[in-house]
Amino acid sequence: MTLCDTLFNTAESIRNGSQSSEKIVSDCLDRIVASQKSLNAFISYDRDRAITLSRNIDKSAKRGELPGPLAGVPIAIKDNICTTFSTTTCGSKILESFRSQYDAFVVERLEQAGAIIVGKTNLDEFSMGSSCENSAYSPVHNPWDVTRVPGGSSGGSSSAVASGLIPAALGSDTGGSIRQPASFCGVVGLKPTYGRVSRYGLVAFGSSLDQIGPITRDVKDAALLLKVIAGHDPRDSTSVNQPVPDYTNQLDRPLKGIRIGISEEYFGDGLNEEVKQVIRSAIDRMKAEGAETIPIELPHMKYATACYYIIATAEASSNLARFDGVHYGYRTENPKDVFDVYASSRGEGLGPEVKRRIMLGTYALSSGYYDAYYLKASQVRTLIQRDFESAFKKVDVIASPVAPTTAFPIGEKSDDPLAMYLSDIYTISANLAGICAISIPAGFDGHGLPIGMQLMGSAFGEETLLGVAHQYQQCTDHHKQSPKGLAA
Amino acid sequence: MQQPVQKPLDEITVRHVAELARLNLSDQELKQDADHLSRILDYISQLNELDTTNVVPTTHAISVRNVLREDKIMTSLTTDQAIQNAPSCEDHFFKVPKVLDQGSA
Repeated sequence: MTLCDTLFNTAESIRNGSQSSEKIVSDCLDRIVASQKSLNAFISYDRDRAITLSRNIDKSAKRGELPGPLAGVPIAIKDNICTTFSTTTCGSKILESFRSQYDAFVVERLEQAGAIIVGKTNLDEFSMGSSCENSAYSPVHNPWDVTRVPGGSSGGSSSAVASGLIPAALGSDTGGSIRQPASFCGVVGLKPTYGRVSRYGLVAFGSSLDQIGPITRDVKDAALLLKVIAGHDPRDSTSVNQPVPDYTNQLDRPLKGIRIGISEEYFGDGLNEEVKQVIRSAIDRMKAEGAETIPIELPHMKYATACYYIIATAEASSNLARFDGVHYGYRTENPKDVFDVYASSRGEGLGPEVKRRIMLGTYALSSGYYDAYYLKASQVRTLIQRDFESAFKKVDVIASPVAPTTAFPIGEKSDDPLAMYLSDIYTISANLAGICAISIPAGFDGHGLPIGMQLMGSAFGEETLLGVAHQYQQCTDHHKQSPKGLAA
Repeated sequence: MQQPVQKPLDEITVRHVAELARLNLSDQELKQDADHLSRILDYISQLNELDTTNVVPTTHAISVRNVLREDKIMTSLTTDQAIQNAPSCEDHFFKVPKVLDQGSA
């Protein structure tokens, strides 16, 4: 069984007729089915629909009429993104048989580009988690070591791309949920600037923080996928009306003269020594190509986790109020009264981590506590944003680790929510500030587990960010490695 | 400015929050939640180290203002679509147990 190629190469081979979409899609589905027991990366997939679409693409290709740049290519999307042609469960029991009445903006864009969405990937329930152990559909496993987590919450998408099941996938990122699993799985994960990609059809967790983004094998693929999904959407009033550049055309500026900001806040206590060494080496590699490093200060970074866990949970408590057993989703049997419809449907249908965060958010917003928690956190958010604005006056990108460790064993952190939250420490600030950030493979630890480097760019600075990341990949080959036992 | 409560959350408070959140939690869940929430709130209290006097709160990561549209009719869900996932419905209405108490206004 052949592993899939990159997004770019797959699209090209269909375009030039050297491969049929049907063969590619069929092989892809065979791989998915064979992997489910060991990885559990997918919640649902639809072979018949995908094959039918692929045959249509092959017919169009013969007539020379391909619909778009991703024609015939299989893609997977995280199961918190609404599709009319499958369920959208958000990894929760409460939406087990929910079928959306509309497709998300990104789904429309992918289909216009000719991509074939073959399935929906597994995730932490409602995107709340950093390990994919919080799914109601069993955990996802890391293809580099199946006893370990793939990271979360976009663990299904990351595991699927890393194991070569599929060329590319979409995830969503609220506090690191694309970047951290990308790091743990040795793939590329990009969180675009807030407002760059429409959230219409993304089931909301933290509305001021959420963004959909690509998870791919290399940066060039991420640029291609971003180009397809970015853009203004009047149905999402936080979607920004700014033109979308051709991100794939902006990758070739050399590293010479690029200013990389380094903040010692990212290299302090709690960072695993092997991860620290790999990131330092990665930065040195860029310096060897002519980039310069500039020390910067992000003095409020240490407050970012506390700030995030108030804002995100407060917004989540409001966003998840709609799951009430009335309009859709799970309803409890024999409710005593209408209050019980809400309380028991939610109590039974939502998982423990989701309920915990709703409780925290509700408390933070409740009468008497709003000022002390939510308002305070929103003010601290302003300070964090200002830190980045100052930094980006002096540097082009900021480099840091993505996570304090590599992938941990399944079950190791699941009893300690606070420990799990603290592992988001490096990724969270980008969501608070709204800036763009990417995780790219930078090396491996002594167990052969991947380590990602995070690069952060200014708001709408994706061209620079992707360019630097791509140039790093031109002089390294970490992104070309595959988990043992999988032929490249 | 009101300081947040530093002591561990008591059961009454946790039950009150669960009621606000419309969550039926078991006794064990309530106890565990009280414990976890207290630890997390304790961690979060470090935000009080920062002086945020006169700092404007950020609610929008990227500033977009006054997003309006023309007052034109656009497509929306049909009634059939709107109720297609309903756990219980009757004649295009979502059905729930009685909302009003017997004999009271």
